[in-house]
Amino acid sequence: MLGVSFFVGFTGLWALATLGGFVSKTFLADPITMVQSGWRLLTEMGFAKDIGITMWRVFGGFAIAAVLALPLGVLMGAYKPVEALFEPFVSFARYLPASAFIPLLILWAGIGEVQKLALIFIGSFFQLVLMIAVVVGNTRRDLVEAAYTLGCGDGGIVRRVLIPSAAPEIAEILRMVLGWAWTYVIVAELIGASSGIGHMITDSQALLATDQIIFGIVVIGVIGLVFDFAFKRMNQRLYPWAQLGK
Amino acid sequence: MNILSIRGVSRSFASQNGGAATLALQATSLDAAENDFITILGPSGCGKSTLLRIVAGLDQPTSGEVLLDGTQVSGAGADRGMVFQSYTLFPWLNVRDNVCFGLRERGLALAQQHEIAQSFIARVGLSGFEQHYPKQLSGGMQQRTALARALANGPRMLLMDEPFGALDHQTRELMQELLLGIWEAERKTVLFVTHDIDEAVFMGNRVMVMSARPGRIKFESAVPFAHPRHYRIKTSAEFVKLKAELTEQVRAEVLASTALYSEPLHPASPAATP
Ligand SMILES: Nc1ncnc2c1ncn2[C@@H]1O[C@H](COP(=O)(O)OP(=O)(O)O)[C@@H](O)[C@H]1O
Ligand SMILES: [Mg+2]
Repeated sequence: MLGVSFFVGFTGLWALATLGGFVSKTFLADPITMVQSGWRLLTEMGFAKDIGITMWRVFGGFAIAAVLALPLGVLMGAYKPVEALFEPFVSFARYLPASAFIPLLILWAGIGEVQKLALIFIGSFFQLVLMIAVVVGNTRRDLVEAAYTLGCGDGGIVRRVLIPSAAPEIAEILRMVLGWAWTYVIVAELIGASSGIGHMITDSQALLATDQIIFGIVVIGVIGLVFDFAFKRMNQRLYPWAQLGK
Repeated sequence: MNILSIRGVSRSFASQNGGAATLALQATSLDAAENDFITILGPSGCGKSTLLRIVAGLDQPTSGEVLLDGTQVSGAGADRGMVFQSYTLFPWLNVRDNVCFGLRERGLALAQQHEIAQSFIARVGLSGFEQHYPKQLSGGMQQRTALARALANGPRMLLMDEPFGALDHQTRELMQELLLGIWEAERKTVLFVTHDIDEAVFMGNRVMVMSARPGRIKFESAVPFAHPRHYRIKTSAEFVKLKAELTEQVRAEVLASTALYSEPLHPASPAATP
């Protein structure tokens, strides 16, 4: 409730500043114009398709990163030698700013889909691997020992103790990094793209259409929020035991 | 024949900062016969857990060996069930699936797993709680589930490391009776570590007292009470006498360990200070 009232207050302030004539329309469109041009974007100018393309890029790149990061992260968390082999490089790669790869990726892969997917992959993969490895590595030692005394072998420990024990936290990590992937895709689309939400925003900049720019930003925010919420709900459904005692 | 032979097992831990290694356990030997319920008493830090972990195969001895049915133990295995002091139920599994854990590892059919689990859950008095997650259970109920989980796996022997140590006094006494009842029905060989003398005498048929760190078994006493035991034997003259004797033995070691490992309360100071 408090959160909603802040949204309302914020929009009210914005409306006051723009409709009240305190801020020039060239710099900041008012909420009503924004909604109107947003509607026009969606119905007449095919913005829905841009939204779809951006979403597919995010989920495509993120899915590739997650599918590869999960096994590597789990193995690094479970086995010290694997960790010793990969950890230094992954830690280093994690601090490389993904956006700085854009020029290089454009040279390599042009401004097509491969470049977008690659950027999201670079931005999420290393973060995912490291965080998953930490969570798996922090599995309670006494649970692992209990499983050994119940006849588990090393493979059973990974499958039946490390992974289920870390699963809720891994799901939270995925949720968080998916949020970051959203920001990468927009950056990629701002710099070099012929479609997508970010592309619409750069086009609108050339036309000084702040109403469209703001609409684009709001759409990004709303989609991010919706998926974050859905992801959170799904995690709570999947791992009811992790909710106990919270 | 002895089911378990501990032969000259010692353990020293390398220190973290390159100093001298700490000897946690002196060369210790102990034989357990079939149907023995051996309780091990000793001051904290004397190496009780270390000894039990070595028998479980969770730790390796620095010297000596552990034989189970004549074969050397080289790692953990389902033949030695363990109940820990800390609550070690898998939080993502409900009571029934926790109890089924080892059975599933062995590849039993699901129906068979559930049948076995059900009977052990009933034996520890938790029927009706099969679908509860560990976090929804009290400490005593969690330890009962852990006991059912270890027993359902059909181990050759049971290792228990202060399993009731974290429970309140009343719950602990009920747990003792419950475990004793189960033991009297099955007579599974048990190695039971505790620092509670009452518990050691009430439960065991042999009580071992360990010395202060580095520990070794310095005293052993047979417990003469017949089974089934009723909790009222705790007030019998014989019980009190045995308990007094063990109290002396343990007390000497507790004193030894505190004198060795802590500062004196009143450091001697020169009589005449200016
Ligand atoms: N992994 C370890 N590394 C170093 N020292 C240890 C380790 N485990 C136990 N010790 C030391 O060995 C001694 C015996 O410990 P433990 O067997 O846990 O005692 P108890 O169970 O009788 O209280 C203690 O002094 C403890 O600090
Ligand atoms: Mg201990």
